[in-house]
Amino acid sequence: MSQGQTAEEFRAELRDWLEANCPQEMRDGGMTEDGICWGGKNWVFTSEAQKQWLERCAAKGYTVPTWPKDCGGAALNREQEKIFTEEMGRINARSPLESFGIWMLGPALLHFGTQEQKTHYLPPIARGEVRWCQGYSEPGAGSDLANVQTHGADKGDHWLVNGQKIWTSYADQADQIFALVRTDREAKKHLGISFLLIDMEDAGVETRPIKMISGISPFCETFFTDVKVPKANIVGTENRGWDVAKYLLTHEREMISGGGAGLSGGGRSLGAVLTDTLDTLDATLRADAMRCEIDALAIGLTLERYKDQAEAGQGAGDASAMLKYMGTELNKQRHEIMMTAGGSAALEWDGDVGNRAGDWLRTKANSIEGGTSEVMLSIVSRRVLGLPA
Amino acid sequence: MSKLVLTEEETMLADMARGFLDGAAPVTAFRKLRDAGETHDAKLWKEMADMGWAGVLVPEDAGGSDMGFAAANVLAGEMGKTLVMSPFLSTAVMAATALRQVSDARAKDALAKIASGDVTYALAIDEGIKHDPDATTMEAKADGNGFRLSGKKTFVVDGAMADRLLVLAKTENGLTLFDIPADRAGIAREKSNMIDARDAAKIDFSNVEATGDDVLGQVDDAMSVLKPALQAGQAALAAEMAGLTAGAFDMTVGYLKERKQFGTEIGRFQALQHRAAHLWCETEVTASAILNAGRMMDNDPENADLAVSLAKAKATSTAILAVQEGVQMHGGIGMTDAFDMGFYMKRARVGAEWLGDFSYHAEKVAALRGF
Repeated sequence: MSQGQTAEEFRAELRDWLEANCPQEMRDGGMTEDGICWGGKNWVFTSEAQKQWLERCAAKGYTVPTWPKDCGGAALNREQEKIFTEEMGRINARSPLESFGIWMLGPALLHFGTQEQKTHYLPPIARGEVRWCQGYSEPGAGSDLANVQTHGADKGDHWLVNGQKIWTSYADQADQIFALVRTDREAKKHLGISFLLIDMEDAGVETRPIKMISGISPFCETFFTDVKVPKANIVGTENRGWDVAKYLLTHEREMISGGGAGLSGGGRSLGAVLTDTLDTLDATLRADAMRCEIDALAIGLTLERYKDQAEAGQGAGDASAMLKYMGTELNKQRHEIMMTAGGSAALEWDGDVGNRAGDWLRTKANSIEGGTSEVMLSIVSRRVLGLPA
Repeated sequence: MSKLVLTEEETMLADMARGFLDGAAPVTAFRKLRDAGETHDAKLWKEMADMGWAGVLVPEDAGGSDMGFAAANVLAGEMGKTLVMSPFLSTAVMAATALRQVSDARAKDALAKIASGDVTYALAIDEGIKHDPDATTMEAKADGNGFRLSGKKTFVVDGAMADRLLVLAKTENGLTLFDIPADRAGIAREKSNMIDARDAAKIDFSNVEATGDDVLGQVDDAMSVLKPALQAGQAALAAEMAGLTAGAFDMTVGYLKERKQFGTEIGRFQALQHRAAHLWCETEVTASAILNAGRMMDNDPENADLAVSLAKAKATSTAILAVQEGVQMHGGIGMTDAFDMGFYMKRARVGAEWLGDFSYHAEKVAALRGF
């Protein structure tokens, strides 16, 4: 799109492009676990259409529409981004690519990375060529994340990394990992952590999937044994990785809050979802569903409001904690309602209502991953309300 | 494209309103009026008119400040914070919006009198215990060139003090809205003893004469005039309730920081911290719904139904939560009349009911969202 284009011109051009380029098979919403394209070296496209859709979007910068062009994006402004979301929703288009590179590492690199790091790491993320995973939690560092013990010993031109990460989502399929590594054991716990980028194919990196209650294994344990990480692979300053980690967490929280509930853009109403199926909706359940719908709409508007505020330079400091808490609790509630509505049909794995049970169980992690609801409430309590710790 | 962020003008308006109201209408002023049995502060309303608040929705050529619905919501929100008693919603928001739908000289004259603060209005809509304009049974029987109105209205907010009434009645082929003086022969007003110490009345209409000129808009087509007015009122009431929520919440968080038990501030207890934090989250989400309602009313009023009902529903549930937590976290003192929290609780309950309760608006949202 050209400079000086009006919003309506942009919309018209985009609409034509989507009409011509979005394959019919990709117009089904498709935000279920099966419908998502994650990309990466190990990715096997589920259809030719999925591949085409990714390539066409990547060529236009539409996998990461707001990123700068030299980072693989389309440099859309906030207004254009809204239009983009609306137009994608209008034809019920699938997102061409989802990844932790897009949701988490990208924003952190755009903020803390060097220009060289940005142009090196971001375009492959935008094209879906490199898939990243997140090395944050450890067995002894869950809610107390800054307690990470995975250690990087300074060996001059590299760090020698040893330790264990847990809940590394899709680590077994990822090409790279961004990890919190303790590089100073003497400093206070927040001030001895570095944010390192590590190749999953490096010698000494091992992963082991963890089978979850949903029956699938999206989470892994990841082990580092004498892994050599070059000094250039650090984001931000040595021992100040906590700043990067926290910044990234705000994006992770926003992603979890909005993504799961399908709140942003063409999110379907719970009413429509339930009416589509053969579900029964008695008066009590209907009332629960209506409350859920009201909250979903209001939280969705809050996501929009915070984006607008951010664009207007009115940073909403700890808003991500609020959105994460509200969005994930809502999503759990929504899936409880869908399970009840589905009755006994929802109790079968891959039964008549699809993988509803698996999706329901997956949502239980929403209020744990990326900081528990209780941690979010404590953040609001301290930083927003100023209540004493 | 309108953004969900307060404009500079709106922020200034809010600051200015806050400054004025903290001086002229703090909660202590409300308490004085309550103690004196007063339900209207004429001097305060005149001052509001002089600042352009009474004419916030009145066109400039009729002497108004014409600031729009989002601005009206900003004012209502600031009034809510200190429980300001005024006919703002019934007169400046609802009656003005109804009159604006009609472009004749009489309507323009009426709008000018609203803007100047010289005339107040009340909406006589409800007949049963629940808001349900479509269920109106009061009749306006054709009589020569005019009508005769007979029936009862209830929960007419500002109905005891208002100079004029907008009355919804059944006519031959639908509903019709009448704009008549409140002292017309055959009208008997009985002031209700309301829990929020505000003006509301039961009004009896006994063969009240209305001419064709008294019809606002078209006969049998009340809703094209009344619906935008009710929506404006619902959105502004939601904003007022968000304001009272903020007032109650600030008191509560302040109390958590200063009240000591077990040798420490009770705000150190995680059980209370998390409840307060949850409440704050609800207020943030509610604020988005209200801002959105104002934007939709200003920019796309034909499609504002969902936004308005969402705002009223969400503001209602959040306000009810805020005042309950407010009383509970204050403990015994929150139960006393000498303390202000009870005022917030009672106003929240009246606001919850007025112009459609949570269920009323939840049903509207559901219908618009494919349930």
